[in-house]
Amino acid sequence: MNEKVDVLIIGSGASGAAVAWSLAETRMRILCLEQGDWMKSTEFPSGERDWEARRFSDFHISPNIRGRDADYPVNDDNSPMKIANFNGVGGGTLIFTAHWPRLHPSDFKVKTLDGVADDWPIDYWKLEPFFEENDRMMGSSGVTGDPGGPPRHPPMPPIPLGRTGTHYARTMNRLGWHWWPSDTAIATRDYEGRAACINLSYCTPGCAQGAKASTDITYWPLALRAGVELRTRCRVREITTDQNGMAAGAIYYDAEGREHFQPAEVVILACNGVGTPRLLLNSASAKFPNGLANSSGLVGKNLMLHPWPVVSGYVGELMDGARGPITCLWSKEFYETDPSRDFVRGYMLQFGRGVGPATQAIVGAASGHLPWGRDHHRVYRELLDHRVGIGVACDDLPEEHNRVTLDPVLKDSNGIPAPRIDYAIGENTRRMMEHGIARAEEILAAAGATRISCSRTALNYPGHLLGTCRMGSDPERSVTNEWGRCHDVKNLFIVDGSLFVTGGGVNPTSTIQALALYVADQMKQRLANLFD
Amino acid sequence: MSATDIDIDTLRDVAGTMIPASAEFGMPGADDPAIFEDIVKSIGRDLPHVREAVAEISARSGSAFGALDRDKREALINGFHAGGAPSIMTLGRVIASAYYRDDRVLLALKLEARAPYPKGHEVEQGDWSLLEVVRKRPPFWRDDRKV
Repeated sequence: MNEKVDVLIIGSGASGAAVAWSLAETRMRILCLEQGDWMKSTEFPSGERDWEARRFSDFHISPNIRGRDADYPVNDDNSPMKIANFNGVGGGTLIFTAHWPRLHPSDFKVKTLDGVADDWPIDYWKLEPFFEENDRMMGSSGVTGDPGGPPRHPPMPPIPLGRTGTHYARTMNRLGWHWWPSDTAIATRDYEGRAACINLSYCTPGCAQGAKASTDITYWPLALRAGVELRTRCRVREITTDQNGMAAGAIYYDAEGREHFQPAEVVILACNGVGTPRLLLNSASAKFPNGLANSSGLVGKNLMLHPWPVVSGYVGELMDGARGPITCLWSKEFYETDPSRDFVRGYMLQFGRGVGPATQAIVGAASGHLPWGRDHHRVYRELLDHRVGIGVACDDLPEEHNRVTLDPVLKDSNGIPAPRIDYAIGENTRRMMEHGIARAEEILAAAGATRISCSRTALNYPGHLLGTCRMGSDPERSVTNEWGRCHDVKNLFIVDGSLFVTGGGVNPTSTIQALALYVADQMKQRLANLFD
Repeated sequence: MSATDIDIDTLRDVAGTMIPASAEFGMPGADDPAIFEDIVKSIGRDLPHVREAVAEISARSGSAFGALDRDKREALINGFHAGGAPSIMTLGRVIASAYYRDDRVLLALKLEARAPYPKGHEVEQGDWSLLEVVRKRPPFWRDDRKV
């Protein structure tokens, strides 16, 4: 049997890495179990000639399509939005865009300000020092002075505007609408052992240069040096409890399928908004028949996935194409609630560069702008490196019918029941989507674009898995308290996107990590009476 | 998986119809031997969809796709593609992915025939002066401490 550890963390991604690093200074014995492997940067697609094709195979963002040994299947048939994740050291940060906005202060008070959903039990200002700490640890880049959000202090200068960003910026200035160069978690100069970005193209399928801040090259080297143990290819089946209803440890399978038990004083779940409820539901027992930490019945419910339509077109001028980080600027013009609209809350516009040569043919044909046959070559030349596209990142409000449950049939390679997703886009969000699509079309038309088209499901894999173990002060309306401790099991903590009470309209990783650092800080302040 | 159970001759005709050779633009066709070999080699996990697409094209052409004249072949492919079936979308992706990494194709497009790493790409900084007008705008995010 394995020796008991003080802290057992399940999952080594965005939040697991941050909480491991933060707790390391306590000198407790900390172990992290990760079901995937360490990834080698030499195996990332951008070093090979088939770099575009591999985004549709072994580096696809859907585990169902990717199908690596470390992946588990997800039944997302009953959802227009599909599940994206990555199982390896660094988790989803290996495949994220590294776009780095934060939730706004208003996102934490949607009930008070807009009369919908619920307020978070904490506010932006409580998280602000952890946002700043996380920006330094991950290494963010950007420009200070954005009037569209609270002050931020990225330690590195921004990624280039490029031709594409400049074209968008001129257009937005003509329209009188806000824009700002995107904050990114990409090193724009050599930073803490990471090399500066050299504009490889798509950032999502791993960064061979090591400029993108995946946690395998940011938090983990420091956490390991501080004494944290990270054990890979360990897939956790369930969290067990003792006679007092406290978490006793985890049962997991190693790479050869052998079963192990890892005892622990404290268990921290960092498996994302699908993996964490799946694990809690798979940990049902006689004492917890509806799943662990689920007396509220809310484990798995209120799933938020961020609907994200994309409007694209083609301009006469040459743009950046696939060169450079994907998203070059954002607009918060329509982020805050405006009573004159037919929806509450809002969305962020994200301005993309272009696509690579193969992807241009694929998306051009899919949108009906590029024919197959004798006219293919002529039209293709009008499209390649002329593409512009705007994503509409919509706020997603919690609805209990959007949920993660256990699939009655589907299982992973260890026989563990797989998650099933039931999700429908809410009416408020639909109205928001249409408003955002119309504004994006207006911007592209003003930019001189033609062949404008919209795909309401173009980015139906944003991989933002939120809300399924929400935090709150009321044990009947939340799964954890205001610092991530489960109401029902006082030595069980959650630090990932499951904690989100509302979704916000931005990429969530910086907020997820700020939350993880905040929970770790709360734990450190209460070590003497952590379970009271 | 292998591609041995696909009607290879029809697949070659389909590839050459979708992306034909062009003397005007100096482009090989997707039925060029080296490119087609790459297409077949890269089908991999997409085999079920590719097989289904080729079978559907064959059925729509009365098992004589290659014998149709060019206009009819192109009309059949574009009509099938416009329907958005996953099989033909996948087939298009497989063919385009292999075609647009061929050295001759990339060089004809005035692109470098190489992987992005390790050389990377130059991206110009752009016109940062455009930001000045935005900087002058007062903050417009809702500060919950003042509401």
